[in-house]
Amino acid sequence: MLAIEVKNLIKKFNGLKAVNSISFQVNEGEIFGLLGPNGAGKTTTIKMLATLLNPTEGEAKVWGFDILKQRDEVRNSIGIVFQEPALDDRLTGFENLDFHARLYGLEEEVRRKRIEEVLNLVELKDKANVLVINYSGGMKRRLEIARGLMHYPKVLFLDEPTLGLDPQTRHRIWDYISKLNQKEKITVILTTHYMDEADYLCQRVGIIDFGKIVALDSAKNLKNILGGDVISIETDFPEKAFTVFRKFQWVKKISQHNGVIDLNCKEGEKKIPLLMKMDQKEAGFEIKSINLRKPTLEDVFLHFTGKTIREREASQEEKNRIQMRRRFRMRH
Amino acid sequence: MKSNNLQTIYVMWLREMKRFLRAKSRLIGTLAMPFFFLLAMGFGLRPSFNLPGLNDTDYLDFLVPGIIGMTMLFSSTFAGLSVLWDREFGFLKEIMITPASRLAIVLGRIAGGITTALIQGILILILSLFMGFKILSPSGLVLAFIFMILIGIGFIGFGLTIASVIRDTQGFSLIMQFIIFPTFLLSGTFFPIENLPVWLRPVSYINPLTYGVDGLRASLIGFSQFSPVLDLSLLLIFSLAMVILGSWLFSRTEV
Repeated sequence: MLAIEVKNLIKKFNGLKAVNSISFQVNEGEIFGLLGPNGAGKTTTIKMLATLLNPTEGEAKVWGFDILKQRDEVRNSIGIVFQEPALDDRLTGFENLDFHARLYGLEEEVRRKRIEEVLNLVELKDKANVLVINYSGGMKRRLEIARGLMHYPKVLFLDEPTLGLDPQTRHRIWDYISKLNQKEKITVILTTHYMDEADYLCQRVGIIDFGKIVALDSAKNLKNILGGDVISIETDFPEKAFTVFRKFQWVKKISQHNGVIDLNCKEGEKKIPLLMKMDQKEAGFEIKSINLRKPTLEDVFLHFTGKTIREREASQEEKNRIQMRRRFRMRH
Repeated sequence: MKSNNLQTIYVMWLREMKRFLRAKSRLIGTLAMPFFFLLAMGFGLRPSFNLPGLNDTDYLDFLVPGIIGMTMLFSSTFAGLSVLWDREFGFLKEIMITPASRLAIVLGRIAGGITTALIQGILILILSLFMGFKILSPSGLVLAFIFMILIGIGFIGFGLTIASVIRDTQGFSLIMQFIIFPTFLLSGTFFPIENLPVWLRPVSYINPLTYGVDGLRASLIGFSQFSPVLDLSLLLIFSLAMVILGSWLFSRTEV
């Protein structure tokens, strides 16, 4: 069965397409990731699927229910953990869970049992009666995951589940997510701009850029597209080196980015000696450094979009700054 | 699994009560202003207050119903506006994501707001008793509660409406300066509205709180400018209209 089915979904804000006709499917029991820079349209997509925003065009089904026509059925089938905290910090952890359970109409007995279960899962039982205002960032996130699970959802949405958390807490949260996916058989769809998160957790990853899905497959298959290993070479004359490297038989793909040349090839470790044997004087450039690595999702993103995620986010920030300045000027 | 409307109303109310009882400083803060008004104006203006038709009415007695009306105005408008803070702190998303009926959510908010506003109104009433205020009759007290509840419902609905329109807490101080303060200053709280120049009086006549304060005065001290039946009917219409408008706008909220 399909847990989620998205067809040509579009969301415009003031005429700008935040989500530009995306389509994808998520299978039951899967952990599915939407990977992309901030501002790519991940959160907007999640909000539409969770009935918090209405799409401008297109359609989608969550657990078989239409997100526009069967909103209550959708709401009953999903749990969601938002990017920014959405807890009442004047209530205790227990009270936040209890509040949630009552809004979903859980009976008292079920409520008590379930609160205990989910608190155990995220190891917050001893903090249950502490006001949330006294929780750390990681504890809040764990409480929100627990809350998202309270009403036995079929599909759990996680919007940047580990954003702003320290490495240790991130790994713990990854463990919870895997655990609940296996134990409770919940389909998980998460957004992230962390490569390692998508790689570690997700069975399939959709790479999203400027409101469009540019590639979708398992992390392994996506990396295989690049054809084996990546050798990054720094030279003093990148243009010259580029034309030379391009002629090598074993190079499957070559690209240049910020003066660094990336070669994709099989068995990269055996190709480094070949590079070193080359007569550099005759070729007219000098190799400064060579770096061999297994491709990451970062390379995949670069392959499909021509930029790294960090560059995309930097340019996005620049755009925001310009926009802010414009707004500021208009006001004054 | 089906969400249950009574459960929803109850839990929204319960949340409001817990927050109210835990924020002791907020309670003291909201009670301080009406109390200072009562103290300063009540004692300060008492000797110089002398009006035709009000000869035998003590100024403190005149003032107390107005201050109670003001307390209800502030606490219930804030209760309605608290949606703004829920939005700012993200909690609104948590509420809107649930399958619970939007109407039940609004009714729960109103129930919570009314309860906390009534507690504050009653506390001010009790404080004024210590200052020498005398209630006319037990039936008058009951009628006063009805007026208090209607003022409360009306202005919670009003707060919800405003919260849906302005959408963020930035506009809050504007609301204070240009809506809430004029509403209570021109409601006949401190002086009979005939004292206002003719051109300003219409503002008081379209001000729903005018009829709330007048009705409270009629029930508590037996003096009023309009007929209590008129007060009651206008206030009833106002609160119904505001609740309907406020709930409708709230239920359409996108987060």
